[in-house]
Order: sequence, then structure tokens, then C-alpha cells
Amino acid sequence: MRDRFVHTLSEIAERDPRIMLITGDLGFAVLDDYRRRFPRQFINAGVAEQNMTLVATGMALEGHIVFTYSIGNFPTLRALEMIRNDAAYHGANVKVVSVGGGFSYGPLGISHHATEDLAIMRSLPDVTCVAPTSLWETAEATKALVTTPGTCFLRLDKDRGPDGPADEAFLLGRPRILRRGRDVAFVVTGGILSEVTKAADGLEQTGISSSIYAVHALRPFEPDRIIAAAGTHRAIVTVEEHTIHGGLGGLVLETLADAGAPIGKFLRIGLDGCFSSVVGSQSYLRTVYGMDAAAIVKRVQKRLLS
Amino acid sequence: MGPLHQLRDSLTVLSAACLSPSDLHKLARRVRIHVLNMTSRGGSSHVGAAFSIADILAVLYGAIMRHDPVRPNWRERDRFILSKGHAGAAVYATLAEMGYFPIENLRLHYQDGSCFSGHVSHKGVPGVELSTGSLGHGLGVGVGMAKALMLAGNPARVVVLLSDGECDEGTIWEAALFAQHHRLDNVIAIIDYNKIQSLAPVAETLQLEPFRTKWESFNWSVVEANGHDCGALTQVLLKMPAAAGKPTVVIAHTVKGKGVSFMENTVLWHYRTARGDEFDRALKELETS
Repeated sequence: MRDRFVHTLSEIAERDPRIMLITGDLGFAVLDDYRRRFPRQFINAGVAEQNMTLVATGMALEGHIVFTYSIGNFPTLRALEMIRNDAAYHGANVKVVSVGGGFSYGPLGISHHATEDLAIMRSLPDVTCVAPTSLWETAEATKALVTTPGTCFLRLDKDRGPDGPADEAFLLGRPRILRRGRDVAFVVTGGILSEVTKAADGLEQTGISSSIYAVHALRPFEPDRIIAAAGTHRAIVTVEEHTIHGGLGGLVLETLADAGAPIGKFLRIGLDGCFSSVVGSQSYLRTVYGMDAAAIVKRVQKRLLS
Repeated sequence: MGPLHQLRDSLTVLSAACLSPSDLHKLARRVRIHVLNMTSRGGSSHVGAAFSIADILAVLYGAIMRHDPVRPNWRERDRFILSKGHAGAAVYATLAEMGYFPIENLRLHYQDGSCFSGHVSHKGVPGVELSTGSLGHGLGVGVGMAKALMLAGNPARVVVLLSDGECDEGTIWEAALFAQHHRLDNVIAIIDYNKIQSLAPVAETLQLEPFRTKWESFNWSVVEANGHDCGALTQVLLKMPAAAGKPTVVIAHTVKGKGVSFMENTVLWHYRTARGDEFDRALKELETS
């Protein structure tokens, strides 16, 4: 996702001199080509994410479209008040890019696990909040953020998500229906879609058919398809590599409750109220914290029976 | 001297209001009277912090900055950011005096439903570039503006007014590093060095001295000035940047609560609101100053 983002941004920067990429001293080798091609559209702000966000706001207020770039929680939680007070409140064209959603940097430890960022960022007024589920969505989202006014958050996973061409046009905020079934409606954000796809295949073999809704944006969030899904499936299951509190699961529950939609069996899969103090690869941690394909199958089967 | 500096000089001649030191002093006095009325009517704090910067604001808007109240978004205006947002009443008063909006609007300060919040706000208030209130934000945003202006070949300068206590914030020093690295000589930081912060004197809270040396070690040009001598301050600020290729910081030595004897140099008037006899006495002192 990271490489696809940089590639797409390079294409845009070539024809739009307003694009500015500011990194917080991260992106070794990844940003070299961009930096070489667009030296006037690149700044390394050093290890200073708060100032990076402040500088980005100042440049955006002067007409630039500024992407701030770092990993994990550094461009978000570290600079949260700057994103809130300066970028978002002033409607500044600051696009906060975090590489390494969820357990992408699993072996590096808790400081590098981004497991609350979606909940926090989606709580900020006027902030567009995007977590692509595939490489194709990453490219489409990058393009969309350039034309979306104001402050945005782009959360990129190490997991590239499932491959394959899109069967539906990308419309920022509209969940895409990747599979249609009868029993379970999976609602998924981020690269963990790859686990959900496998889980849906596994459930299919046990006679449980699934729909999959890929949610690339928590704001804007077009509710119609999810509300409709609640009325036509036995269970709604949200999956996110993130705390289950306040992120996608919270968003879907709020949406259904606000709409007065029937909320039958509901399951939120994600990190449940604990710090991820174990280290390991992304796939290992998904297993440890009950959100890999096998765990998803078991938990859905159990929920349908309960 | 480069072409940007020459362009700046010609624009200075064309656009600065160039009030005399005497008129600047009168402007600052009116600003203080507005601030006293606004903070007393609204029951708000920070009158001491606002009095501290009244002369600096008068000099900036009356003699130094290129700005046009009729065109607050004029592309080549000098940008001003009040990073110590709690002294916003003084900025509102100055902008009203300059004609950005009617002076009567100052009555809305701190009132229910008003745009004129206690900490300076850009929403609904022409002439305010940035809403602040959480300390340590203004310099970084100003530095970003300055970087963009320099890239665009725009001769405008960015003036950021900071408090001394605000320099406790690490982000000030992050921004200071960035500005010197990018040789942003279109940045002027002015520090309202009244040496009293929220709960106690600066020296008893987190010592800033040797303050000048700190900024010099960050590779900024440093100028010290009396922040209440309008004539001297004007002469200092007319010579910005102090050195080509470097940002400048003006350490303005000031008195918290300046202009009202019983408010001067006290911690108390960071938060206290003048009421009754205190209000009457303060107003009388200001009107006769």
C-alpha cells in the first residue's frame, strides 16, 4: 500500500505543483524516487511530527496540498492537537498519511502498533478518514484525497489486501460490495480484508454464505448499503485491525442504531480493550488476538449459534 | 541585498501605515482601554498578558506590517499570528482600531454566541490568520507559511508573537530548528518577555535564561528591545530581517499589566478581572497616561 501511495502521489505531483510531501524523517529508500523527481515538492521535517503538522498547516493555508508522512501513531497521535486545532479547524489541505496500520510493524512493539488511530481520527470534526482495503483502493483513495478539501487521514497497511481488479467504481465513502451472500455480512476496513476473504471461503465450506462490504472510509460513510445488509443477513460482523471500541464496529453500530435498523446478531472483531503487548509478525499477532481467518470462522460460527 | 528584499522595501514604503511614535503610543493606549472594557464586561482573564503586548501590536499594525483592512486576504500582506492566543482581546482591539471591523463589535467579546472568543479566533473575525489558544502552535504554522511564501517568491513576511512561558513548549524549538535550516529570513518572532507566567515568575517556573544565547545557538538573529518604547521598537523592526538568510527573533522586554500601576508585574492579573473600584481606577490611569 505504501509503494502504491507513493507511486500514485508521484503521478499527481508531476502535473500539480501544489502537491507537497513532508516526511518526519521516515521512508528510507521508499521516497528516494519522489525526492529526486520533485525536490521542490519534498521536505524532510526531521524527527518532529508536531512541527511537521504545523508547517504543513501553514503551507496548506498558503495554497499547497500537503501530505505529511510517517509511520504508526507518529503522524496522528503524536501530532493530534495540531491536526485538530490547526489543520482541521482551519480547513487546511493537510493529508496525514500513516504507514503501518494495526500490527503492520508488529515486531517493533507497542509504540508501533496503531490500534486506536481510526477511532481517534474519526472523532475529529471535518476530518476525512480513510483506510483502504486493497492496492487499487489505495491508489483511488490517494487521488480522491487530493481533490477532497480539508484535512484527511490515510491509514496504510503492510497487508496489501486481496488483489484483483475492482468490479465497482470508487466513490469516496461508499462501501463496496465484494461478495454477496445470505447469512453473514462482513463489514471490513483496512488490509485485514485478506483474512476476511479467506474466512468467508472457509465459512462457505460449512454452508454459511457471506457478503463482504469493503469500507475504505469511516468518514465520509455512506450508510445505505450497511443498513440494507442488516435487514437481509442473520448477522453483521465488523472486522478491523484496531480496537473494537470507537472504530469501524462503533461506526456501524451507531449508524444502524441511528437509522432504527434491526440489529440482530452483531459481532465486532478486533482488539478488545487491551494493549497489544505481545510482539510478532502481522499475521502472528492477528492469530494471537483472534482476528486471523481461522479465528474469524470460529467466532462467527459461535455467534450464529448463540 | 536580494530581489526579494528590494521588493519588500518598496512595498514597505507603499503600504505601511507609518504612524509617529506619539500616535503609536495613543493607539496602544486605546487598545488597552478597549481590552479593559472587553475583559471587564465579559469577566474574562488575561488582561495583564494583553496589556503586555499592546505597544508591540500598535507598532506592528501602525508602522511595520504591510496590510490592508479592506483586503484582509491580500496576497502580499504580511501575516501576523498571535501564538499566545490568550491575549486575543488586544488583537481584536487593534484590528478594530485599524478598521477591519467596527469598534462596536468589541462589545461581543466573551459573550454568548460571539465570534470573539477569549483565545483569538479566525472564524468570523477579519484579519485574524490563525486561531490559537493552545500554546506552542503559532510559530510552526508561521514557519510553514513563510516556507510557502518563499517558494512562491512572495515578499510577504510572517510575524509571530509569542509569550515567554510559551517557550516551555518543545514545539517552539522544533519550529526554531526548521526555520533556520530553511533559512527563512521572512520570519520574525517577537517574544513578549514580561517574565511572569501563569502561576509564578518565569525564573521560578522553568528558567529561560540565558534566553538570548538559546536563540543564538539555534542560529537565529537575536535583537533585544524595550517592548513598550514605540519609537525604539519601530526602529528595530524596520531593520528586519536582522541578517539575510536567517530568521530573526526580537526579545521584547515588557511589563505584564503595563499601563495600570496595580496590575504591573504581578502574577495576580494574569487571571483577575477588574471590577468596580479596580475598573474605575484602571480606566482613569489609562485615560491619563
